[in-house]
Amino acid sequence: MTAPAAVAPDQEQQPERPGGLAALKGKFQQLLAFASLVVIVLYFSIASPNFLNYSNITSLLFSTVVIGTLALGATFVIVAGGIDLSVGTGMTLCAVMSGVFIVNWGVPIWLGVLMTLAFGALIGLVNGLNVTFLKLPPFIATLAMMLVAQGLALVISKSAPIYFEGDSGYTDISTGSIIPGADFPNAVLILAAAALIGGIALNRTLLGRYTYSIGSNEEATGLSGIDVRKWKIIIYVVCGLFIGLAGVLISARLGSAQPATGMGYELQAIAAVVIGGTSLSGGKGSIVGTVIGALIISVLNNGLQITSVPQEWQNVILGCVIVAAVYADQARKRTA
Amino acid sequence: MSTENTESLLRVRGVGKAFPGVQALQDMHLDLAPGEVLALVGENGAGKSTLMKLLSGIYTPDAGEFFIDGAQVRIDGPRHAQQLGISIIHQEFNLMPDLTVAQNIFIGREPRGRLLLRDRELVARTRELLQRLQLPLDPNARVGTLTVAQQQMVEIAKALSYDAKILIMDEPTAALNDAEVAALHDLIRRFVAPRTGVIYISHRMDELKAIADRITVIRDGRYVDTLTTEDASMQDVIARMVGREIDTGAGPEGVRDDRETVLSVAGLSTKALLKDVSLELKQGEILGLAGLMGAGRTEVARAIVGADPVESGTVTLRGTQVRIKNPADAAAHRIGYLSEDRKRLGLLVEQDVSANIGISSLQERFLSRGFVNDRAVREKSKELVAALRIRTPSVDQPVRNLSGGNQQKVALAKWLVKDCDILIVDEPTRGIDVGAKEEIYRLLNELAQQGKSLIMISSELPELLRMAHRIVVMSEGRVTGELTAAEATQEKVMHYATLRPSPGDGGGDGDSDAHAA
Ligand SMILES: Nc1ncnc2c1ncn2[C@@H]1O[C@H](COP(=O)(O)OP(=O)(O)OP(=O)(O)O)[C@@H](O)[C@H]1O
Ligand SMILES: [Mg+2]
Repeated sequence: MTAPAAVAPDQEQQPERPGGLAALKGKFQQLLAFASLVVIVLYFSIASPNFLNYSNITSLLFSTVVIGTLALGATFVIVAGGIDLSVGTGMTLCAVMSGVFIVNWGVPIWLGVLMTLAFGALIGLVNGLNVTFLKLPPFIATLAMMLVAQGLALVISKSAPIYFEGDSGYTDISTGSIIPGADFPNAVLILAAAALIGGIALNRTLLGRYTYSIGSNEEATGLSGIDVRKWKIIIYVVCGLFIGLAGVLISARLGSAQPATGMGYELQAIAAVVIGGTSLSGGKGSIVGTVIGALIISVLNNGLQITSVPQEWQNVILGCVIVAAVYADQARKRTA
Repeated sequence: MSTENTESLLRVRGVGKAFPGVQALQDMHLDLAPGEVLALVGENGAGKSTLMKLLSGIYTPDAGEFFIDGAQVRIDGPRHAQQLGISIIHQEFNLMPDLTVAQNIFIGREPRGRLLLRDRELVARTRELLQRLQLPLDPNARVGTLTVAQQQMVEIAKALSYDAKILIMDEPTAALNDAEVAALHDLIRRFVAPRTGVIYISHRMDELKAIADRITVIRDGRYVDTLTTEDASMQDVIARMVGREIDTGAGPEGVRDDRETVLSVAGLSTKALLKDVSLELKQGEILGLAGLMGAGRTEVARAIVGADPVESGTVTLRGTQVRIKNPADAAAHRIGYLSEDRKRLGLLVEQDVSANIGISSLQERFLSRGFVNDRAVREKSKELVAALRIRTPSVDQPVRNLSGGNQQKVALAKWLVKDCDILIVDEPTRGIDVGAKEEIYRLLNELAQQGKSLIMISSELPELLRMAHRIVVMSEGRVTGELTAAEATQEKVMHYATLRPSPGDGGGDGDSDAHAA
């Protein structure tokens, strides 16, 4: 809900506008998430000398890419009051399809990438149709898609990884660096660009306005003359595009499509969205929050590794962070 | 072409609509002339909203025809209705709480360029609209933070912004008090284009005289009659509406002063609004709480039952000071609260009638050996459905499918079943037809006679004057006056309600104020 506050700070004949304070209040959760991120970063920088150096930070950002991309897509669906459990295995299926297009069929890389994005959109389209026309609850529709995608990934790849060996250009999408001199992975830049586009879409376009509107009160949105079914399908398709993008980024990073992975990513993505202040009941949330949420998760994972906390503990801590983040948000609403 | 065709803006002919178990409309007629305000009246469940939903394309009729400007039309969804020039304020709010006022008003018509929205223009246009309509709303406020009456203003602004040919208002004033009703009528007269026809649905008989040119009465889904407001008496209208006699009982006598004080609130303040509110409630008393929108009446109720945090102040029950932390706590102290916002806070709309009526009293009334005694819940529900004349095919009907007024009755029934000592009812007759109102008054009076104590919040002054033994008037978060039933008049209440309290007065012991008047 940043749009109007952000664009109309000046002009107008009326003097009494809600000041910056009200706008600040609305961003509380984002600020809080951001502040926690800063605190966690500070903590690890003090706890370990190896944390705050260039190569660790780039690898940390690099490790945010996949969850971050999936979380961006999930943000749209969740703000609209839905949920998408198929982003993890959907991503894997997209990675496999990318291998099929580029390695098995030998299409050019750029075309293969576009086809993979389109395939992701197709997954979203099926989700959207199931939710709108079959009227399945989003949880069920996307749970089914999660299973279907996992199975198809194994069937299509015959359960074996597909390697992009002859196509070094492909892995450059993730691991290469277009910034000359700097060893900064492209995947991070792509995530940043995707977040920027996602943020504009959610705040400044009709799609974003209707995403909030549907999540806020679907029935009222429909009665206002808006084709809710159409927009819901579009929202799932948008999420699908992000799934496709994540499929490209992960396979380019690994140099292969690994058909047996993907399960569990959807929960991490949802966790990032929730930590970022998006409400699972819809109507509220932001891209900035989601990016911060994704960063918090990867900073935690990375920092705990560096400070030699056993891996088993990482999810325990992540779970506690989710409780703390959402509790803080709710506590603020109660007192506001 | 017949003369009828050229004269009517809208004609409805032989329209029927059935729901499972209910024939909501049958062979319905209606004529709307350009430039007139046509009131549509009928009991709860008579089919008014159903007809309006047919006109706005939400339902499709089973039978019948619609003509706009003489041409037959098939109304094909809400968007199509808008294109045909039909704009509607629904009985239930249809707002997006997470969006701003501006975003709500222009939903579906956002100013935008090729790709991006022009939010600055959106806010400017909204501000201009609100200024023209003289509605004191902030375009950037989130609708979820507004009061019910303010939300109603957003709905009104939205409906007027379409410049529609046919403007339908389904109980636009249910949530408004008399001053706001007058303001709305003013808006309708000044801002509705001269050839626009308005269909106006209301249960408030007093406002029909003020706004309507003609009155169409329907009963049990059928057309009954159309009267010209000038020539019709309200008795005529009511008689056609209910098809039976209704006796308007007399007002209550004053309570004896020696009755025990059951609830005493002292120095109640909240961060948001309330300043040093004090009041006392005696056993067997109906205490009226009057005031304009935003005066803080609902806030007092919510603070007493622990729904909102308080900054300071004490609540004393029969001499013992208590701290009520939340509504469940309040219920444990045998205090009940019927919320004004039934859809959001008062009902489980997806559940059936008996589940809703039983929900609050399962533990103390309907539990046998750890199991819910569904049979007992249903029996009790049937009793109340009959007593309150709730129009439903059975107690198994989901509440969502009941008409607005009947939903309100279910919400009230829930608290009637629960055996509270103190019952706070916030706008208990909102959206309820004249006949059923009498039933509710009778039930509330009965409760008081049984020794229960009631606080009644209402924006309809005549109702308060008739029901309350004592009236406490609030303005801007403070108590500004108190009147006994004998001294209370419409003028005196309005005087206190519009008083701008200077800091320091109000609160305290209201009695002295009252006697000074
Ligand atoms: N979706 C639905 N499913 C089943 N029954 C319905 C549905 N909508 C309305 N009804 C029934 O149709 C009848 C007419 O309802 P309607 O809402 O039109 O009444 P109304 O005249 O607007 O009443 P009120 O004054 O209480 O608002 C009622 O008996 C109601 O229970
Ligand atoms: Mg109705």
